[in-house]
Amino acid sequence: MSIGRRQFLKAAGVTGLLGLVGSPLLKIFAPGELEASSEFREGAALTARRWSLVVDMKGFPTVESYTKCIEACYNAHNIPHMDNEKHEVKWIWPETYEHAFPDNYDVYLSENIESMTFLILCNHCDNPPCVRVCPTKATFKREDGIVAMDYHRCIGCRFCMAACPYGARSFNWRDPRPFIKNLNPLYPTRTKGVVEKCNFCAERLSRGEHPACVEASEGALVFGDLKDKDSNVRNILRTKFAITRKPDRGTLPRVYYIIGGS
Amino acid sequence: MPDKSKIIYLLVIFCAIAAFPFLYNSMSTPVNAKIQLNTPVIDAMTVKQCIVPKEEMRRDHMKILNRWRDEVVRDSHREFGSIDGVMYEKSLQRTCMHCHSNKSEFCDRCHAYASVDVYCWDCHLAPKENKP
Repeated sequence: MSIGRRQFLKAAGVTGLLGLVGSPLLKIFAPGELEASSEFREGAALTARRWSLVVDMKGFPTVESYTKCIEACYNAHNIPHMDNEKHEVKWIWPETYEHAFPDNYDVYLSENIESMTFLILCNHCDNPPCVRVCPTKATFKREDGIVAMDYHRCIGCRFCMAACPYGARSFNWRDPRPFIKNLNPLYPTRTKGVVEKCNFCAERLSRGEHPACVEASEGALVFGDLKDKDSNVRNILRTKFAITRKPDRGTLPRVYYIIGGS
Repeated sequence: MPDKSKIIYLLVIFCAIAAFPFLYNSMSTPVNAKIQLNTPVIDAMTVKQCIVPKEEMRRDHMKILNRWRDEVVRDSHREFGSIDGVMYEKSLQRTCMHCHSNKSEFCDRCHAYASVDVYCWDCHLAPKENKP
């Protein structure tokens, strides 16, 4: 069978088009290849000049409301649930007013406030004592204000734990792996003998996601840039009265709490 | 010389002990140091190529990994760059082990042969392998 000129041109056109469009299409649908790109894109990272967090206590009326934030953090970062309280590892945890704000505590305090449970985490201070005392610079301050840890460098001396006025740091007395409930295969665990703490979800920010606790809080936790005068956190702080933990220590905490009020 | 026989006995024992490691190694089956590159993800690739040339990776992977570690942790430079429009993150668990999901055949074999004890896996999680 012979083909005419018209048929040949049609066939050639279609083949040419397939050649142009086909290989990129194949690449998109090839298994495993796009997975990396969909998670990690150039320029997708969330950046700020100074990250900060506002905890609006109105958003945490029940135990469930803050437990889901804690669980989200534990699952994202492979934090162990230790059976012995002395070995406990904490990144974000519930605390009473008396323990969270001991300087402002008084026996005749409003019952409402005394019954509140506060979500406590690393304050990512502007003047972090843990960074100053670390002999190996395993704890350091990033340019965006996050007080980060390099676990590869930590020698477990626990100076930072003594220096932190907020108890935001935990030491791994044991190998944490057997105590991790839901292992996240995409995030490392820690090892015995290092100190760990909240990292403001630096790894999630780099992928353009908000911190795990903020995402789970459904608006009760507000995360934003403190040095941007029109940012969400600045707008809240401008209109509502917020307090920080132990301000007299001069560490300049960057986690704010809004208690009561409208 | 009355001690002659004693000396010969001890000399034979000494030679046997000294030669034992060499004899043992020549008799035992050689350690398999050949790394396995075929994983489901790599098999599905149209162009089988690492993000760094193979020879460079083989020679310098320990230096490269240490450099990437410092860049990611301390400077938050997580982007390796893009190859054919796909962006790669400098991440052991998310990128390296995504393709090389066979730690026992890809990492351990050569490390065991070279008697290298790495502490990566004290913290970093290796992908689950379906061992037959």
